[in-house]
Amino acid sequence: MSLWVDKYRPRSLDELNYHRGLSERLKSLAASGDFPHILFYGPSGAGKKTRISCTLRELFGPGVEKLKIDQRVFLTPSKRKIEINLVQSNFHIEITPSEAGNYDRVVIQELLKEIAQTQQVDLGAKQRFKVVIINEADSLSRDAQAALRRTMEKYMSNMRIILCANSTSRLIAPIKSRCLLMRVAAPSDEEMSSVLQSVARKAKFTLPTDAGNKIVDDSGGNMRKAILVLEALKMQSPDLTGPLSIAKPDWEVYCYKVADLIVSEQSPARVMEVRAKFYELLSHCIPPTVILKTVAERVVDKVDEALKADIMHWAAFYEVRMRMGNKKIYHLEAWVVKVMSLSKHFFYNIDMSDFD
Amino acid sequence: MAANFFAAKAPSNKTSVKHVVDPTLQPWVEKYRPKTIDEVSAQEHTVAVLRKTLTSTNLPHMLFYGPPGTGKTSTILALARQLFGPDNFRNRVLELNASDERGIAIVRDKIKNFARQTPRAQAISSDGKTYPCPPYKIIILDEADSMTQDAQGALRRIMETYARITRFCLVCNYVTRIIEPLASRCSKFRFTPLDSESASLRLAHIAKAESIDINQPVIDALINTSNGDLRRAITYLQSASRLSSSSNPPTPILPLDIQEIAGVVPDNVISDLAQTLGIDMDEGMDIDDTPKAKHIGFDPIKKKVKFFMREGYSATQIISQLHDVVILHHTLNGRQKSASALVFAEADKALCDGADEELWVLEVALRVHKAVSSR
Ligand SMILES: Nc1ncnc2c1ncn2[C@@H]1O[C@H](COP(=O)(O)OP(=O)(O)O)[C@@H](O)[C@H]1O
Ligand SMILES: [Mg+2]
Repeated sequence: MSLWVDKYRPRSLDELNYHRGLSERLKSLAASGDFPHILFYGPSGAGKKTRISCTLRELFGPGVEKLKIDQRVFLTPSKRKIEINLVQSNFHIEITPSEAGNYDRVVIQELLKEIAQTQQVDLGAKQRFKVVIINEADSLSRDAQAALRRTMEKYMSNMRIILCANSTSRLIAPIKSRCLLMRVAAPSDEEMSSVLQSVARKAKFTLPTDAGNKIVDDSGGNMRKAILVLEALKMQSPDLTGPLSIAKPDWEVYCYKVADLIVSEQSPARVMEVRAKFYELLSHCIPPTVILKTVAERVVDKVDEALKADIMHWAAFYEVRMRMGNKKIYHLEAWVVKVMSLSKHFFYNIDMSDFD
Repeated sequence: MAANFFAAKAPSNKTSVKHVVDPTLQPWVEKYRPKTIDEVSAQEHTVAVLRKTLTSTNLPHMLFYGPPGTGKTSTILALARQLFGPDNFRNRVLELNASDERGIAIVRDKIKNFARQTPRAQAISSDGKTYPCPPYKIIILDEADSMTQDAQGALRRIMETYARITRFCLVCNYVTRIIEPLASRCSKFRFTPLDSESASLRLAHIAKAESIDINQPVIDALINTSNGDLRRAITYLQSASRLSSSSNPPTPILPLDIQEIAGVVPDNVISDLAQTLGIDMDEGMDIDDTPKAKHIGFDPIKKKVKFFMREGYSATQIISQLHDVVILHHTLNGRQKSASALVFAEADKALCDGADEELWVLEVALRVHKAVSSR
């Protein structure tokens, strides 16, 4: 039993419900015989992955859907072994180099060289090149990106690269200029509603408009999340009428509690209480940036207008530090202390300008 | 049979086998690389000096420096080709760039070996033309600023010892990354970003040769998105033409396509953001200094930032475009601009350190808003 997100995932470019212009472009590029390296970028859940697999199908036909998963071992210069999972078909290969951590350059170099130097073996293949999909390309190290830059030019004749990233900010300019950039924006609310409706049709039920709108409101442009929620709701109340409550994930509820603790009392004891909760979240592997952003957004919803900008300022400030530093908890805590002292001062009406 | 043939042959031929690229798939930056130095646009001074070297037998060691895509590599390759012609080029010119291994071992070995060889006698040119073919060889070290200090140090002796028979041309972006003893041995040539007129002419030339139809607004968009880097402008043009010719029926290229290809946020979208932040975007319409009382709250700004994130624009791009709007603005005063400048700098650093994009776009937005609403 697969989830609806997978089961009803569009498989060809024609089936994609939104960003028709993009689909048309991809279709004609696939047909033109002059298919470039492409960089797909956009927020999570906007449909980049789906669009990429539809493009592959357009290029090679249904054969690309026959996937096998391999594990490969790479040897680093210091003779350490790293294992990487590769998803591949006869026509393409997909890697997530961040699995290799600091050794992503080795993986990129070895693997791409190997692929580039082997010609397409399948004589019936519709294209002379193989496609390499690199997921989470924005987490590639600079070294790995530099290695990629060279390969992209050198092996253009039998390989095309498709990069998938959330943003282009972390990619070096020479990579960006060697790719055709394809921005995949999150679908608009209307587009999301219509996708939900079409999922409902495929699953053979009718989705009341109210329920659909509610799901859309809740999912902030993330199509994957919306479909997951739709499926969950349908399990809970099969007729989807009446008041629906979209259950928040546990960690999110927990973050809200933390925010409420910060807003309701500012004291050293409260800091300790909040700290314990941060530990709890971190130990459940919730990324620290997600924790900070979720708590901060909830806090600014509940405080006076005059404090909001400052609270977000310190969130931005401590978030970078958290990335550079080692102990995530220190920075989360520091932010809490900052926020508490801001609101205390605001409450007692003290001029804050001397405190920064 | 065939497989064996390749297996046996390939390794021994390693350097001479080049990937044969179908000319229709050739990147235009290669296809339209200037073939002679006179074809190089905009670098008049450099070209004038180099033209003289074609008629004398003298050539100094040279250092070309300047931003990417201004014609440095093209100029030296064209000069070398004009000096030696196609038949002598291979044994008279050694070209190494950053993608070749260029550590100190290579300097001692490969570069030195090439430098010390006596130039071979001039081969009869097969194209019937005569070339000056002066009695020295040229070693081109492209992207020389990525060579280590040690490797540069090792070059110094070689440069001196074989100066009679070997000339060096170092090519780099930053002259300060070349060690002083090397730099001081070279005549320096500065390459400047292409002015829009020269860039425009070159782009029009390429468009004509490829028989694609582009108008001035498209050329302007190419120039504006590429900041004097002709390589980028040409690449964008090729992508745009690829998209337009592959669509069915072929569509004309629009300035908006260029912006999309370059990953640029459309002007109206940025103006809209600026307006949300309280920046006046109607080109100096209200001259009277009525204090703008419009107070914009936190929520509209946050909402706008969320929208930008959903659209998938990259934070660095948004921030750099907003920067231009603020800094070049006609009616904002110096204080307002300076206060904004601070946050742009902080954001750039934070994003380089991998900071969360949404948090920093919001931070920039809030602080610019604060700056422009104070007088
Ligand atoms: N001054 C110029 N005149 C004509 N074409 C140029 C000029 N500068 C750059 N180009 C174009 O841009 C491409 C890259 O130029 P290149 O010489 O490699 O730049 P760089 O200065 O980075 O070495 C060339 O192939 C050529 O098509
Ligand atoms: Mg160059």
